[in-house]
Order: sequence, then C-alpha cells, then structure tokens
Amino acid sequence: MLKIQKLHKSYPIGDSSLHVLKGIDLFVEKGEMVAIMGSSGSGKSTLLNIIGMLDEADEGKYILDEVPIKNLTEKKAAVYRNKFLGFIFQSFNLINYKNALENVALPLYYQGLKRKKRQEIAKFHLQKVGLLDWATHLPSELSGGQKQRVAIARALASNPKLLLADEPTGALDTTTSYDIMAFLQQLNNEGKTILIVTHEKDIAAMCKRIVRLKDGVIMEDNFVKQVKATVDV
Amino acid sequence: MFDTGLWREIFQSINKNRTRSVLSGFTVAFAILLFTILFGLANGLNNTFSEAFVDDAANAVFIRSGRTTKAHKGLQAGRRIQFKNQDYDYIKTDFEPSIEFITSRIYRNVVASYKNEKSNYSVRAVHRDHQYLEKTKVTQGRYINQRDMDMRNKSIVIGDLVRQDLFLKEDPIGKYVNLSGIAYQVVGAYKDDGGDNEERIIYMPLSTAQQIYGNNDFVDQINLTYDPKMNYDQAIDFGVDLEKKLKKRFTVAKNDQRAIRVFNMAMQNKGINQMTSVLGILILIIGMGTLIAGIVGISNIMIFIVKERTKEIGIRKALGASPGAIVSIILIESVVVTTTAGYVGLLAGVGILEWASPSLKTYFITDPSVSRSLVIAATLTLIAAGALAGYIPAKKASNIKPIVALRDD
Repeated sequence: MLKIQKLHKSYPIGDSSLHVLKGIDLFVEKGEMVAIMGSSGSGKSTLLNIIGMLDEADEGKYILDEVPIKNLTEKKAAVYRNKFLGFIFQSFNLINYKNALENVALPLYYQGLKRKKRQEIAKFHLQKVGLLDWATHLPSELSGGQKQRVAIARALASNPKLLLADEPTGALDTTTSYDIMAFLQQLNNEGKTILIVTHEKDIAAMCKRIVRLKDGVIMEDNFVKQVKATVDV
Repeated sequence: MFDTGLWREIFQSINKNRTRSVLSGFTVAFAILLFTILFGLANGLNNTFSEAFVDDAANAVFIRSGRTTKAHKGLQAGRRIQFKNQDYDYIKTDFEPSIEFITSRIYRNVVASYKNEKSNYSVRAVHRDHQYLEKTKVTQGRYINQRDMDMRNKSIVIGDLVRQDLFLKEDPIGKYVNLSGIAYQVVGAYKDDGGDNEERIIYMPLSTAQQIYGNNDFVDQINLTYDPKMNYDQAIDFGVDLEKKLKKRFTVAKNDQRAIRVFNMAMQNKGINQMTSVLGILILIIGMGTLIAGIVGISNIMIFIVKERTKEIGIRKALGASPGAIVSIILIESVVVTTTAGYVGLLAGVGILEWASPSLKTYFITDPSVSRSLVIAATLTLIAAGALAGYIPAKKASNIKPIVALRDD
C-alpha cells in the first residue's frame, strides 16, 4: 500500500541546512492503523507532509498504491491528493464561511462531480459521523469534537486510500479525544488505512502499530495490542 | 469556467465579506461615475455645437458682396459689387463637380395681409435648390419648382408662423395673400429647425421677385453646398479657390475683405471638430487615469484578500484544488466585483446626467448622454480591468504552499 525507502529531506537554514529525515524506510499494508510518534523536531510532521504530497523529499522512493510519487507538478499533486488522501488536522481547518455540508462536499467539487451528487455523498458521510442534523450549521456553531467529525467526514468524502491525521486530538479534551479515536478505530475496522501523527502515548496505544521517530530516523517500529477507545472514561 | 459551482463559490465569498467587496468596488464605481459624467457633458457640449448649425446644411457656403475697401487696377475704393444671374450661372458651371446644391437669394420686406390679419415679414426670393440648403421641411403643399421659375409665377411658400398669423386655423393652400399690394398664391407651408425667425419667412421664385421688384437680374446673395464627399481640407480649398476666382472676376484686390465674402461652413466645422476631439482625448485620459487608480485599488484589496485567505487556499489545495482552480476563483471574484461596481457607477452616472440634463441647458450643454457603444466598450474595459486587477493576486494565491498555509501558529 505505502512504500517508503531511504527517504531524505533537509531544509536550508541560512548557509547551512537542517537534515530532518535521514533515511526513512517504512512499509504500510492496507488496513493498518499506524501511529507515528516522536518529540517535536523528530521529523514526524515532515514525514507526514511528504506522505501527504504537501512537500517533496530530496532523496528516496515513495510509492503509494503502486504509483510512484515523484516529480509532481502542482496540478498532478492536486489530483493525487484528491484521489488518494484524506487529511485530518489538529486545528480542523474547516472553511469558516461554509456550513458543515458544504465543507464535506468541497473535495467532491474538485473532483468535478455534479452538485446534486456532491450533496448526496456529503450527506452520507455526515450521517456516518452522526452529524446529519448539523448539516446547515457553520463551523463556529459546532463544538470541537463536532468540528473534527465534520473534518473526518470531509476526509472520507473522496473515498481516499489513506487517511492522514496530524495530531487529530491535539485540540480536544480527553473525552472528546477518545470519542474521535473510537470513530477512527471503527473506520479502520471497516478497512481504511490510517496514519496518525501524535505525541500522546494513550492515543498511540489505540493504534495497531507504533513507529517512533527520533532525530530523523526510525528508532522503533512495533506492532502493539490495540487499546479499545471507550467513550465513557 | 462556467459551471454553477464556481459561481456559487465566488458569490459565497463576496457575500461573506460584503463590506470589503463594497469598499473595493467603490473606487471603480467612482471612476466610472466620473468618466460617465465627463463624457456625457462633453457629448452635451458637442450637441450644443451641432444644434447651433442645425438650421443650415453642414456643408453650406454663403457668398455675399459689399463695397470695395481698396483701390485695385485703376478702380476706386468704395465701388459696390453687385451679383447678377450670370454670376450664379458662372459658379454653377465652373465649379460644377464640387457643388451639390446652389441658389441665389434676394431679400425684401413686405406687409402681408389676408382677410383681417396683417403683419410684416421678410421675403426670400430663391431657386428651388434653396429647400435643401436651408433644410426646409415642407409640411403642406409643395416648394417652389422649376415651372414657377420659368413662368415667373406669383407663388409663395409660407413659414409655419406666417400661416398661424395669417390663416389661423384655415388651410392656406391655394389662397391668395396680399404682399405689399400684390396678390400671391400660397402653394406650400413649411417648418424649419432653425427657430421661430426661420418660420416667419415667405419664399418666392427668384425670377418673379427680379421682375416685380426692380425688373433686373440682380442677386443679393448666392448660397451653395459643396459636395459632401469632400473632406474638410478639400472643402476649405474649394472655398478659397472660389473666393479668389470671384475676386478676379470682379476685379477686386485679393486682400479686400469686404467686397466679396465667402463664408465656408467647413472652416467652422473643422475648428469645432478639432476642439471636440481634443476634448474627447482629454476626457479619455482623465477617465483612464481614474480607472487605473480604481484597478490599482482593487488589485491592492485582492492581494489583501489573498493574504487573509491564505489558510483557506491552503485547505483547498490540500483537498485537491489545482492551481488553475485557485486562480479562477480569485480572478473571477475580481472581475465580478469590478464589473458590478463599474456598472453601478455607470448607472449612477447616466442617472445623474438624466436628472441634471434640464438645468444644464443654460451652460450650453444639450442632452448630455452616453452612447450604447460606449456602454459596451466600458463593460469590456471593466472585465479586462477586473482581470488585470486580479491577475497578480491570483498568481500569488496559486503559489501558496499548502504546508505553509496549514502550519498552526
């Protein structure tokens, strides 16, 4: 599903450069739920950005679902992002003047679907996250947990191969965090491949595999016994 | 580009930031308002000029005679120059290809009476071409014709005011009017755009007047129109040539300003034409200047909008928006704001012109308005202006990197 070999990335800082990723090898099978852990500066966000095609690696191979990802033009990257990937962010990143339904439908707009079809699919996903009754509400009228659910529905809308979540519970309290994690686990059980960047141990423990990054290399890569996220903690 | 989704996106964005959109449109609206008013006023001024000459054909040439002021070739100063029928014939044949219509004129004043009505009027004895020269509109009966000329008929054509004075509500055609003791038959009545004075005139055949008022072949004035296919310069040359030849014919000094006077409308028209085109260029420069200021204003605000929407654009890109999709939202938003604002300015300008039009008449501005072609040109200019204003900001927006935009800070 996801193959990364000898991935290097450095950022120029003044005259010198900062070597952030120093040869990452990572293979992820379909249906896995992987937590990428590490302290800040370990390179976990950079890795996620490269996987998300928001950034490009300097060296190394990256193959997503048999498609080699390299030398992307902006236009091609946009198409791939739309087709392969669903993003979930720490700060939700909903568009504030669009209501929940319009936010969910946005990736479908960029797929060039008809409005009626878009609405239909968006409604289906909103219902899946349990927020169909909130379809016409603006993000400012929703709680943090609800916003993240809308964001998840939006990430799911284009039916991506891979869900990328960057600290998805970072802005939420524990109860809501577990609620969101329970939902992500449910999605994973339905077969979605999910990659979660987090620095919280309890969140990582709710995944099936933990990859630990330190100073740009993988320190540990273990399959773990998944902790079920229970809402009523 | 024309799918409804895109328009929905754009209107949502404009609507969301109503104040901002209105403010950014204001400069453009103001620019177009100013331009429309200036253009309308210039048009009005133009109309006043052309109205001033509406009485006569625009290509008219008037030839008058007076007394010589300079001795020439042994002839004394103060000699009276009198045109005769042969001079009319001379001009008509010698300048034939350059002449459209030509007529002689004799002036007389008469006391006209019909039944109990009686009043003083001017009489113009003319050739039949005079009708076209003076733009006389015959409303009843007919104008003087060749038969009248040949037979020296006592036929007259009366102005509308003469008809009202003498005949009240009676039909004048075929009736006999007494002009200073001689009975003339009314064959026609006319109207003239030259104003009331032009409608207080009675026309009669030249030949009749020559026989009755002096039994000679004298002519007071010769009027003609030059071939309208000639341009101003050719027409002016024609007038100069005509004057030179006439002066030679009457043995008048070349620099004698009084003896023979050729008044050529082409000279006037050329001057007015030059003035109005200079005025037009001036207004175009002012209008373009304000429009450019407006475009810069919109461009500025669009750059600000892009800055403000950096995060949103980043989100859109992460969700799969291509650079082209981003460019088109910003560009079309800019075009929509510019065009709408410009149209508001245009309508306001036209409205103000309509409203102020009656009170502007005192300032020599008649019927100020903008033409349809100008409106269309302005619309196209506005669309282009909007695209121009949106281009740099749109380019900027499409270059936004999603990782930079999505960074939490």
